[in-house]
Amino acid sequence: MDKVAVCVKHVPDGRMRIDPDSKRMDRSGPGELNAFDLNALEEALRIKDAAGATEVIAVSMGPPQADDSLRTALAMGADRAVLVSDPDAAGSDMLATSRVLAGVLDRERPQLTIFGQQASDGTGAVLWSAVAELLQLPVVSQVTELTVLEGALRVKRQTERGDDVIEMPLPAVVAVTDAINEPRYVSLRGQMAAKRKPLETLTLGELGIDPSSVGVTGSMTTVLNLATPPSRGSSIRIDDEGHAAEEILSFLAQRELL
Amino acid sequence: MSTLVFLEHDGTQIDAACLGVLTKATSLGDGAVGAVLVGGTGTAALAPQAAACGATTVFVAEDEVFAAPRSQPRVDVLEEVAKTGGYDTIWFSNSVLAADVAAGLSARMAAGLNWDLVDIERRDGQLVGKRLALGDSVLVEVSWRSACQIALFRTGSFEAQSTGAAEPEIRTVNTTPRPYSLAASIVEHVPKTDEGPALEDAEVIVTGGMGLGGPEHFALAERLAEILGGVVGATRAVVYAGWCPSSMQIGQTGKTVSPKLYIALGVSGAVQHRVGMQRSKTIVAINKDPNAPIFEFCDLAVVGDVHTIVPALIDLIGQRKGT
Repeated sequence: MDKVAVCVKHVPDGRMRIDPDSKRMDRSGPGELNAFDLNALEEALRIKDAAGATEVIAVSMGPPQADDSLRTALAMGADRAVLVSDPDAAGSDMLATSRVLAGVLDRERPQLTIFGQQASDGTGAVLWSAVAELLQLPVVSQVTELTVLEGALRVKRQTERGDDVIEMPLPAVVAVTDAINEPRYVSLRGQMAAKRKPLETLTLGELGIDPSSVGVTGSMTTVLNLATPPSRGSSIRIDDEGHAAEEILSFLAQRELL
Repeated sequence: MSTLVFLEHDGTQIDAACLGVLTKATSLGDGAVGAVLVGGTGTAALAPQAAACGATTVFVAEDEVFAAPRSQPRVDVLEEVAKTGGYDTIWFSNSVLAADVAAGLSARMAAGLNWDLVDIERRDGQLVGKRLALGDSVLVEVSWRSACQIALFRTGSFEAQSTGAAEPEIRTVNTTPRPYSLAASIVEHVPKTDEGPALEDAEVIVTGGMGLGGPEHFALAERLAEILGGVVGATRAVVYAGWCPSSMQIGQTGKTVSPKLYIALGVSGAVQHRVGMQRSKTIVAINKDPNAPIFEFCDLAVVGDVHTIVPALIDLIGQRKGT
C-alpha cells in the first residue's frame, strides 16, 4: 500500500483539570502525544519497515500547540503530519471530531488508518468506529496482532468472549491495543530529522468542512454540570525520594492490610 | 421518550449487564421500551429473557450474516429499528462490540453519544447522564442536543431485575446490511478459557505491567504477592509480550477482580485494565510515569522506580513479619 495514516491526539501533560467555566478539558497548558497512540504509530512504522507501505502520515485535530505531538510522531518515524487547528473546531465532541478526522482522511485516502486504543485524557474509546462509518469503510477495534495481506488485512482482536481472527479488505480502519507491540524510542537523529519533515496545518475551510457541523455548535452532546463524585476517599500521592517503601508499609499497616 | 436497548448475548443467555440497562430503561417508565436482539438463527428464543426485564417489544434480526459478532451489520439493524419504530433514545451496556456499534450508529444517525455513563435520570423533561471523568475524580452531568440520544453505560451500572415471565411482542427485522458492513469477516474464534490462578477469589493481588521492564523482572511481582499471601495478575500487554499466560490477565477482556488490596507495579491503567479491577477496595500503584492514568483512580499513588521500591518494600514486610 502507498499510505498508512495514524490518528493521534495531543493530551495535557501532568495533572489534568476540567475548566469550570467552559466545562471542557483545560488544554491551555503543556501537552504530549497520547501514550496509547505510540502503539498505533509503531504498528504503522513496522508495516513501512517491512516494505508494506511507502508513507506514514500522522493526523490530528487540536490547538496550535498540538504540533508538538505531531513533531514527536515525525521524530518516531512518520513521514508527514497534518494538523487541523481551527478555533471553530474547539469543543468538538466525539461525533464532531470524527467529522474533522474523516475530512482529512477523505482528502488523504490512506489504504489503512490506525488509531490507538484510547486517549489518556478521557475514556472515550469509540472514535474510530464513527470515522469508519463516515468513510463507509470496514472497522475492527481491540486489535492485538496485524498482518498485511495482498490488498487485505488479517487481524486478531480480543473481546470479552475470546479472540477473533478477522480478515478485511483495504482500505480499512483499525484500532490497535497497547499489547500489539512495544513502541520504539525516539532517537536524537529522529528528532533532528523531524525538524525537516512536512507538518501541514489546515483550517476547516481548507478541508471544506462546514464550521457549524463541528465544534460546540456541531456537537450533539453537552456538559451540564461538574460535581464531586462519591469519592473512594482522597488519594495520597508520594514522589519517591528514597523513602517510598517505608511510606507504603505504613499506609498498608494503617489500613490493616498486612 | 421511547427507549431502545441493544442486547448482547452468547446464543443462549442475554448478558446480565444488558438486562440491567433494560431494567433501568423500564424503571424510568415514561414510554415504550424496545429491545433489539441480533444474531444467527434461533436468536428469537432469547426474547422472553428481555420481556422479563420489561421490554414491551423485542425486535429480532436473526440471520447467518448476523451470527458473527461484527459491529457494522448491527449498526444497520439498529438504524432501521430506530427509524421504523420511532425510537429516540438508544442505550448500550459497554463492551468491545457495543462501543463500536454505538459510535457507528452515532455517526450514521448524526446522534449524540455520551459514553461511560454510570447513571441516568430524567430532570425537567430532559435526560441527564452521569459520567465519571479524570479517573473517576469528577462527576460530569451530560445531556444531548440531537433528536436521537445514544448512551453507552459502564458495564454493570445497573442490576437486572426480572418482573416475572412475560410474553413479548416479537417483531422480525429483515435488514439488508450495507456492503461495507459485511466487508470484514471473522475467520476464526478462540473462546476465552477459565483456567489459571483463582484471581477472582484472591484477597490480595499484585499485578505486573510493562513498566516492570522485562519478563526477568516479573519475579518482583511474584515475590511481593508471596509475602503478602496474594496472587499475581498481569495486564494484557504483559500477556501478549509473552511474560505470562493469558489466564493471569486482568481487565475488560480478561478477569474481573475485587480484592481487598490491589497493588499495580508498572501498570499504566488503561480503561481496558481499569474495568477489571476498579472494584478493588484499596489500590496502590507504583509507576515512574507521573502521568500514568492509574494515578487518577488509586488510593496510594507512588511515583518512582519499582525496581528500587519493591525490593525495599519486600524487605520491610519481611522484617515486620519477623521472617
